[in-house]
Amino acid sequence: MKFLALITVVLAGVPFYAGPAWERPLIDLLTLAAMASLWNLLAGFAGLASFGQQAYLGIGAYALFATGLDPLVGVPVAAVAAGLAAVPASVPLLRLSGGHFAVATWVLAEIARLTVSMATGNTGVALPAAHEPLLRQAITYWWALAVAAGAVGGILLLSRGRYGLAARAVAGDAVAAAASGVKVTWTRRVAYCLAATGTGAVGAVLFADALYVQPSSIFNVQYSVSMMFMVLIGGIRTVEGPLLGALIFFGLQRALAGYGPWYLILLGVIAILMTLFLPRGIIGKVGRPWKSRAGRSYSVRWPLWPAARRRSKDRGPRAREPS
Amino acid sequence: MNALIHGVLLGGEYALIACGLSLAFGVMRLVNIAHGDLAVCGAYLVVFLGLPVAYALPLVLPIAFGIGWLLNITLFERALKAGDLAPVLVTFGLSVVIQNLLTEGATANPRTLDGGAISLAEVGGVSVLRIIAFAVAVSVLGGLQLGLSYTGFGRRVRATADDVDTARLVGIRVRPLFAAVAGIAVATAALAGVFLGLLGTVDPYTGGLTLIFAFEAVVIGGLGSLWGTLAGGIVIGLTQQLAGLWSVKFAVLAVHLVFLAVLTFRPRGLFA
Repeated sequence: MKFLALITVVLAGVPFYAGPAWERPLIDLLTLAAMASLWNLLAGFAGLASFGQQAYLGIGAYALFATGLDPLVGVPVAAVAAGLAAVPASVPLLRLSGGHFAVATWVLAEIARLTVSMATGNTGVALPAAHEPLLRQAITYWWALAVAAGAVGGILLLSRGRYGLAARAVAGDAVAAAASGVKVTWTRRVAYCLAATGTGAVGAVLFADALYVQPSSIFNVQYSVSMMFMVLIGGIRTVEGPLLGALIFFGLQRALAGYGPWYLILLGVIAILMTLFLPRGIIGKVGRPWKSRAGRSYSVRWPLWPAARRRSKDRGPRAREPS
Repeated sequence: MNALIHGVLLGGEYALIACGLSLAFGVMRLVNIAHGDLAVCGAYLVVFLGLPVAYALPLVLPIAFGIGWLLNITLFERALKAGDLAPVLVTFGLSVVIQNLLTEGATANPRTLDGGAISLAEVGGVSVLRIIAFAVAVSVLGGLQLGLSYTGFGRRVRATADDVDTARLVGIRVRPLFAAVAGIAVATAALAGVFLGLLGTVDPYTGGLTLIFAFEAVVIGGLGSLWGTLAGGIVIGLTQQLAGLWSVKFAVLAVHLVFLAVLTFRPRGLFA
């Protein structure tokens, strides 16, 4: 938590000491990190893989457009709008789980896309620039940072408390969790609505950054592909995993985007291989290289006897110490 | 009236796509996100073979069956063992791979399959090809239902769907059985894909919407019932045609809204 606060403070100063050239890529990276963390909140902690989070990106962006607010104050409003939209949506969705939930969220995103394009047209809408370019970009950058830090910090706090315990039990085995008195649907609803709120904020930041949004691009299922990829490669069910995943994805995007389909084929293949052979991602494989709270700098991969397995503090999400 | 007939015929097409999805879920508890893309692959296979559709089909179906078998022993089997989330993630990854391989191999241009003279024939304003597609869909669904009810293989499938461990205990070899079910699911998908190509156009990204429609047919009809899937498909076809009378732009949205309404108010499906 302290580490996160330190990074946030350092990054918050970027517009002052590094300038606009650094802001552009960092906005991309921070929004990716926020999207991945929020997808992980849903898939990793509540056990619900969604292919429809782009619905809330779009709702956030179009809420910013519809209210006509300055992004300086409009981002939280967009987040709340997305969160409120998620509450009724969660009622039919949470009757489902697994693949059915995933496809149903996708259908919901399609409903949102078609509704928005019937209301505003396919050509998209533009956001009037409210400030001079330099200040505008700095504001967008600070919002991207705030959303990312808020998402990661919020998930970190949530995962340490009583809610995190319940959520992990649900993700591990929903039936066993229900049998032990965890309110499964409520736990999932909280995760779903919080993830939607955060994703709505990201949508508003993306819109404030590009100043232009089109239903076919913001509601594209490709966003869910990216979120899934980042979480799987970094390490599902860990707080750091999606951040590492966002870094890797950002790098791959820069390096390989010119290769078009081959780049996406590579993403798909990596996602399949990670799920099957490295289900806890890179973080789960190499452990945490930095010194953890438990004082262990590496994980025991082949313990001498099984008891050591249980003692090792650094093996994935279960072994987090309460703060 | 014409819209009603077209709606029912279109529903048969959706049901044909959906039956493989329904079968794979019913037997293996696998929701195959790549199902729509595998259907699209069926149409592209005909394009690649370069033969007339009638000659290509006897080749396409065994190839698709083989692909389903292989996918099962390489991917689905492992994914199903790796927890609840893994099958969803793996088949979604597979969907991304298939879409982009098709784009790479055959460009993103929409394609249509040439059905020859029969594609122009009409009976009372209804394309003969559509009637054939409906007849094929009903006979495939009926054949599957009969096969599951009355053959030894069907009995083994039902027993395994009911309880895998007990099925193993009484000597059913589950691995080849699942592989065969996956093969049948992919083969029906490929057949449906060929009709998609004959009746309209397909492009590498058609699979997403195809999957969504098939999934909606399964849920509207009620999970685990093949006749329910046919009825669900027909509900979707009718909705699309009737809403299309009012506004073409609204047609697809109306289908999604019907699905959402069923999920909210009749979560077990309309016909379960």
